[in-house]
Amino acid sequence: MKKRLCWNQRTKTLILLAVAVFYLAGVAVWGLVGRESALVTDFSRKNLTPSLSYLFGTDWLGRDMLARTVTGLSISIIIGVCAAAVSAVIAGLLGVAAATLGKKVDAVITWLIDLIMGIPHILLLILISFAAGKGLTGVILGVSLTHWTSLARVIRAEVLQLKESTYIRTAEKLGHSKWRIAKKHMLPHLIPQFLVGLVLLFPHAILHEASITFLGFGLSTEQPAIGVILSESMKYLVTGKWWLALFPGLMLVLTVMLFDLLGECLRKLTDPGSVHR
Amino acid sequence: MKLEARKISFRYSEKEREIWKDFSLEIDSGERVGLSAPSGFGKTTLCKILAGYEKPESGVILLDGKPLSEYRGYCPVQMIWQHPEYAVNPRLRMEEVLRDGDQVEERVIRGLGIEDGWRKRFPAELSGGELQRFCIARALGRRTKFLLADEISTMLDLITQSQIWEFLIHETKERGIGLLCVSHSEGLLERVSTRRISLENKEQEAIPADM
Amino acid sequence: MEEKILLEIRNFSISFTQYERGLRQKELTVIRDLNVRVRAGELVAVVGSSGSGKSLLAHGILGILPYNSRCEGEILYRGEPLTRRRLKKLRGREIVLVPQSVAYLDPLMKVGRQVRSSRKDAESKNRVKALFRQANLPENTEDKYPFELSGGMARRVLVSTARMGQPNLVIADEPTPGMHLDAAKQTMQAFREMADGGAGVLLITHDLELAVETADRIVVFYAGETLEEEPASAFMQEETLRHPYSKALWRAMPAHGFASAPGSQPYGADRPEGCIYGPRCPEYTCACGAEIPFVPAGEGWVRCLRCVEQGEGGEET
Repeated sequence: MKKRLCWNQRTKTLILLAVAVFYLAGVAVWGLVGRESALVTDFSRKNLTPSLSYLFGTDWLGRDMLARTVTGLSISIIIGVCAAAVSAVIAGLLGVAAATLGKKVDAVITWLIDLIMGIPHILLLILISFAAGKGLTGVILGVSLTHWTSLARVIRAEVLQLKESTYIRTAEKLGHSKWRIAKKHMLPHLIPQFLVGLVLLFPHAILHEASITFLGFGLSTEQPAIGVILSESMKYLVTGKWWLALFPGLMLVLTVMLFDLLGECLRKLTDPGSVHR
Repeated sequence: MKLEARKISFRYSEKEREIWKDFSLEIDSGERVGLSAPSGFGKTTLCKILAGYEKPESGVILLDGKPLSEYRGYCPVQMIWQHPEYAVNPRLRMEEVLRDGDQVEERVIRGLGIEDGWRKRFPAELSGGELQRFCIARALGRRTKFLLADEISTMLDLITQSQIWEFLIHETKERGIGLLCVSHSEGLLERVSTRRISLENKEQEAIPADM
Repeated sequence: MEEKILLEIRNFSISFTQYERGLRQKELTVIRDLNVRVRAGELVAVVGSSGSGKSLLAHGILGILPYNSRCEGEILYRGEPLTRRRLKKLRGREIVLVPQSVAYLDPLMKVGRQVRSSRKDAESKNRVKALFRQANLPENTEDKYPFELSGGMARRVLVSTARMGQPNLVIADEPTPGMHLDAAKQTMQAFREMADGGAGVLLITHDLELAVETADRIVVFYAGETLEEEPASAFMQEETLRHPYSKALWRAMPAHGFASAPGSQPYGADRPEGCIYGPRCPEYTCACGAEIPFVPAGEGWVRCLRCVEQGEGGEET
């Protein structure tokens, strides 16, 4: 029973988790605080290539691209968090309802899941966002109404399986109430699933927010959203101003990947089978 | 008190064959009935029906003359499963498993040889024999009147087996708990039961065993 | 018989790395210093209870352990090390495993086809029929899917699969649990016949009573260690057994008094220093706290200091 000194999987996972949380929180806060500077135009510093004073360069209106990118990302992260949270709550409620409220409810919810999964994501997103009047509400509504399906499926399956497990049936025979069984026996299984699902929804939400904004169905063009930045930058790309699209794009990819990593880390940590790794 | 299965029939679905047909059985408090049958006979299913986990297609299970399904809350008929690994929640510590039972007495826990250190552990950190002791303790709550033991010591070593059965025989005698012991081991049934039922070809024949 | 050692396992250990609380990792030894020999035509039974690590033993020999495990020691097949590559070549042909779980059957294939390994000629079809009849399976079993079989029937199908080829070494992992006594006896008889046909059989089981009836040699396995190896005949009487644990096992057999002994098998981290049976042993002395070697004693082997001391006097009787 030697203790290992080198970093093991769990330690690595925890460090990654801390880095990811720190980065994302940092970007979100910095973006909100530095919102003003992202809007400042200054024609004396038009179209500067990246340098030490302007790390990401400036655009055709002399705006600091670093400030714009961070602000854009912070908006994305906030939208992502809201949308993912709403989505996860819908998924949780519908998943549990499908598994516990009898065959008819289950059939309806399963049908709904199949229906939504059958329509291309982006199409439905655009439709809902457009119908809700675009802007912030439109985007959040659109993203949260389209992303709950797979998590709902997972939760439904988990509850169904738990309901039939020997230890839960035994708990019933030991005279425990439904409520107590749900709290004591089911929740410890569902919460990790739910958390992981929630975190893994973020990258989707952010990407989809950026893409419908990019396509012009999301946030309005006055907002320094990442989708707006990217779509505007496209026009200047041909004139050789590569930095306008490159850095915001890279930052978006980094953010999305970090969220994804975060979800994976959480999944590994909460998996009881990971004891052996 | 008497646990009675009256003419029960059972099958898992319409399409499948009947596992049990018009089967009747009576167990008195303080009696230890040993049941043996070939594999694939549906012994586990019978225990599940008797403990109320499955509903028979026809026939009734009566406890003290009253249908078992009418008992609300704690079921006086408790079943102990062959595989304790599936009968405990993998995410709960063993002390929580004991707390699930009906005020299980410290005497029972001690009598089953459960060590204090085990209670703080998760199921994955205990062996099958250790887990089974917890499952038995949990089933021996205050209001338990009948105990159904479905091959509970099959996977355990002989010493653990006799430890557990020694305790169970003593405890059920003391408290007047009726016991159904399902096993394929002739030797064990001979040691444990006051009455033997051996099922072949779906016909019941009772062999009185004198201990 | 002495010369044809088919399988020899020397000083074999298996350990896992596992998390303790939080971030600490530890190494967990599940099998320690195991020694077993199987000769051609011999049925050797490794007897241990659940949690003794005996299933890992089969997996260890066949090289199908999970990735976080580590093996030490040597496995020799026909006098040569059983390397991964050699194993790959032999597995399923010369060496077969009868797995413990019925889940090893393909749920989507009729069992008859599985046993034939998809061969379609009339000869193998007849052989399957004959094997199934021998195993006392009903007439139409080969046209059934695994889910249509009961646990005991499925196990007998697994055993028949092993008999299809002409294996030299059969490793059976817990082939009889949950079986009715007659069915279990028949299954054991099938292994006996394979051994009598010249194959070496390593049977891993929890059922000492059945093992004593059919096996040639019995290895007593406790908490990952072999405590004693004896000819099966030694288990007829308590006196011919050496290790205190084997004796306690003998006394606990329902036919021999059903006597219990206090304590339980240590598991995982609870392993004591020195003699693994020490905390439960009535004859424990301070010397037992040290590493105990596995040494020859009479016709068998034993891992107990006291037995060796006694053995030096008048051993060969």
